[in-house]
Amino acid sequence: MKPTPVTSRDVYTWLEAVKDPEIPVLSLVDLGVITDVVVENTTVDIEMTPTFVGCPALDIMKLEITETLLQHGMTEVRIVVNFRDPWSSDKISEKGRRALKEFGLAPPPAGKVIADLDVLEHVSCPRCEGTNTTLKNVFGPTLCRSIHYCFDCQESFEQFKPL
Amino acid sequence: MNTTALTELLFKMADDQLILGHRNSEWTGFGPLLEEDIAFSSMAQDKVGHSQALYELLHTLGQPSPDEVAFMRPAGQFHNCILVELPNGEYDFSLVRHFLYDTAELIRFELLRKSSFEPLAQLAHKIHGELRYHTLHANTWIKQLGTATEESISRLQHSLAFALPYALGIFERSPWEKELAADGIFEGEDVLQERWRTKVEEVISQTDLTLPAWNTITPVLGGRHGKHSEHLTPLLDEMGEVFRIDPTASW
Repeated sequence: MKPTPVTSRDVYTWLEAVKDPEIPVLSLVDLGVITDVVVENTTVDIEMTPTFVGCPALDIMKLEITETLLQHGMTEVRIVVNFRDPWSSDKISEKGRRALKEFGLAPPPAGKVIADLDVLEHVSCPRCEGTNTTLKNVFGPTLCRSIHYCFDCQESFEQFKPL
Repeated sequence: MNTTALTELLFKMADDQLILGHRNSEWTGFGPLLEEDIAFSSMAQDKVGHSQALYELLHTLGQPSPDEVAFMRPAGQFHNCILVELPNGEYDFSLVRHFLYDTAELIRFELLRKSSFEPLAQLAHKIHGELRYHTLHANTWIKQLGTATEESISRLQHSLAFALPYALGIFERSPWEKELAADGIFEGEDVLQERWRTKVEEVISQTDLTLPAWNTITPVLGGRHGKHSEHLTPLLDEMGEVFRIDPTASW
């Protein structure tokens, strides 16, 4: 019996196992950085786009994508990074947003947002869900996170920045 | 499309980002408070990343690889404006430079989102979104410290007077302004400068700082044509030191 040909859907399923190296609960698929997958026999062409242009995790992501697909029997993996379909925080899936929250990171506000202080000033706390919070720094431990403080929990927390 | 004009435009933008990115990184470990240490370090990472993406575009137009153009050129072949190569000085100067430069950059990339050179338009769309965080940071601190104490206001005012002539050097005209506009690649430095002035005035008017009349400021030019201050060569020596030990090494 001839084996069923591999489809791009299979590849997306396999890539669920590849996590963002800086947020290990979030897969690259849920993060929204994989913008196209084309499979022909055992050759895979992947198009991806970084969350932030200067994201230092990109090389590791490419390496892990390649390793994962080779493990699934693919023989050639070609990855192109471009900005044809640029990443924005709206590309994070619903599942991804839930994973972020469980990880303790406030998901970015949904919908097209403008990064002005109003949007960032009262982010919902991932612990208590309250908005009695304040923005401490638009820059955080990684390029994609900002730092906030919750007055009710009396704890600081981070948010995945809207972009 | 005029590739010579496009190449010149991309080089000056990429060089600005790389050199200011390097200066920002010099704040790592020295910020006046931890948040500012993190902010300047993050902006450094963003800007060096932006320069790399722009050098990648240049590579597709036939220029050497990003590492080679970043680390192997002498100062005379850099096209950054002099403003970005000046030493960090005190925090007040770094903050004022950050405000003046990033206000211009945000508008530059906003204009470039409509560029007829599609890969640049796509990249500009992306970089513009990120730069909003840089100007948000700059505007917040300029407004806060520009209305705070006698010392903070006088320090910012002093740095503003020092930085403004260099800031006007951002808009030094390219020999290709007409070609860039005619091809729809970029609207030009004059359009950019006019919009920049309006924005700078808008933010400064919300503080106790004052701006001199624009026509009383003599721009410091030369950077776009490879004529730099004495500060660029030492910066490049330090930045490329490790790379030049073995340019063929794999990292």
